[in-house]
Amino acid sequence: MTLVVAHTRRSYRSYAAPMVGLGSFIAFVLLVEVLIRIGALNRFIIPAPSEIIASFGRLFLEENIVQRFIFTAAECIAAGVMVTVCGVTIGVVMQRFSLLQRACETWVAAFASAPLVLAYPLFMVIFGRNAWTIIMMGFFSALPPVILKTIEGISGTRKVLVNVGRSFNLTGTQQFWKILFPAALPTIFVGVRLGLIFALINIVGTEFLINFGGLGQLINDLAERYDLAGTYAAICFVILVSVLFFIVLEKAERWLRPVD
Amino acid sequence: MALAQASADAILVADDIFVQFNTPEGPITAVDNVSFKVRPSEFFSVIGPSGCGKSTLFNVIGGLLGQHQGVVSVGGETISGPHKSIGMVFQEESTFPWRTVVDNVAFPLELVGMPKGKRAERARHFIRMVGLDGFENRYPGELSGGMRQRVSLARTLASEPKILLMDEPFAALDEQTRLLLGDKVLQIQQQLKQTTLLITHNITEAVQMSDRILVMTYRPGKVKRIVDIDLPRPRTSEIVSSEAFGRYVAQIWNDLREEANRGMRDEEKHMLNQDERTA
Ligand SMILES: Nc1ncnc2c1ncn2[C@@H]1O[C@H](COP(=O)(O)OP(=O)(O)OP(=O)(O)O)[C@@H](O)[C@H]1O
Ligand SMILES: [Mg+2]
Repeated sequence: MTLVVAHTRRSYRSYAAPMVGLGSFIAFVLLVEVLIRIGALNRFIIPAPSEIIASFGRLFLEENIVQRFIFTAAECIAAGVMVTVCGVTIGVVMQRFSLLQRACETWVAAFASAPLVLAYPLFMVIFGRNAWTIIMMGFFSALPPVILKTIEGISGTRKVLVNVGRSFNLTGTQQFWKILFPAALPTIFVGVRLGLIFALINIVGTEFLINFGGLGQLINDLAERYDLAGTYAAICFVILVSVLFFIVLEKAERWLRPVD
Repeated sequence: MALAQASADAILVADDIFVQFNTPEGPITAVDNVSFKVRPSEFFSVIGPSGCGKSTLFNVIGGLLGQHQGVVSVGGETISGPHKSIGMVFQEESTFPWRTVVDNVAFPLELVGMPKGKRAERARHFIRMVGLDGFENRYPGELSGGMRQRVSLARTLASEPKILLMDEPFAALDEQTRLLLGDKVLQIQQQLKQTTLLITHNITEAVQMSDRILVMTYRPGKVKRIVDIDLPRPRTSEIVSSEAFGRYVAQIWNDLREEANRGMRDEEKHMLNQDERTA
């Protein structure tokens, strides 16, 4: 009996927070709707939520949002694969040669906080107005966290684990693949997750700026047509997709880290 | 006579080990003039107060510490780095969190290129030996501290070392677990006739398990005495209540008390000095 009570109480608690979150979101949307209807907010600046919801259908039927989504997703995957391979390799090499690490770590960290998106004209000149400019923008913005987290993960390997490897007479290569790398993997994955978030933001942003490609260009198009409801609906779509993407990544991370 | 015989068939010899660390407060002599010999199948313990240099000695014998003077030899061969005849169990938790229990224990077998099926079977044998059957496919994160320490022990045993070298493997565990694990280790040691060098600061543990105990002094860590423990085998934790056992414990505690006292005073002084400096 008490067990049942305890159980329901716990599940009540675990649902309470998301419920309150969702509830306040819905309340906010309703408030905006009401304010627009009574004319307190200008509907030519902020379209009514009901109009935004109504335009979703249009995005699928008239604007090929699914194809555009696939285009953007492909750019993200390309940038993600490149950044994982290059970022981890650079991180490992930097960690191995401490001179390189001491020389470059600050630069990489500074690079991480630079507004890279402003450099898009340079990328256009180098790669042209095509998907490569977009992918490279995503790639470079995602690189710093992957490098920094790789260094952190490998340097942070517990000394006793390294000593276990030494006591078993591991070679340098074995020491890396059997101990340092697996020990660093959870931290590296945090870097990759951060990197992918940066890549996604920069990819959609660049698409918007150079008016080329997938979801970013769609937002640009709709805004230029002054289709405000459509623009907001497309933005909501991007937000929804990113939230879903991050949830999946977080789940994957937990699955990768079965213990601690 | 006894010594000559001991040196003739000693499997592990430490000769005049000396280790000094350079610290910001000047050099610290952690181990000074430590010599001893371990015979095959012998259970040899090193006991001393906290901070007396036991782990340092452990690292020297394991070949992990380069900066020492003196010679360690295994079967007559001077070691210069980790030796394959020595298997180490560390003071800190040292299982691989990304491997299951069976993969942890199979680690040394994987290194020598044993095929997968065979090494899983071998690993299971050692997992049974430490009493962890049923937990083969768990990850260390799902186990208690005592179980993880047993995984580390099984992993080291799986490499079938001639000499098992352990640094306070049960120090972080509660008293009951420690006693039961002590029984387990004794049982395994007798079953495998395993030459064992145990480092500990626990007197009962040392007397319960050892053939001989080396008592270390505090700063510098020197040999205070080597005590022969003449108690019948096989032993279990029940021996703890016998009269002879009590005499040995009292004798070693007598030796250690001075050292532990000196250690505590030293640490207090050190802390006071630091306070003065920061004030
Ligand atoms: N790498 C090091 N650099 C400087 N000093 C060290 C180093 N390693 C150990 N020491 C010092 O040497 C002394 C002996 O340390 P050690 O770890 O061997 O002691 P211990 O007997 O194992 O202690 P415990 O029982 O707490 O594990 C200590 O005073 C410690 O501060
Ligand atoms: Mg120690």
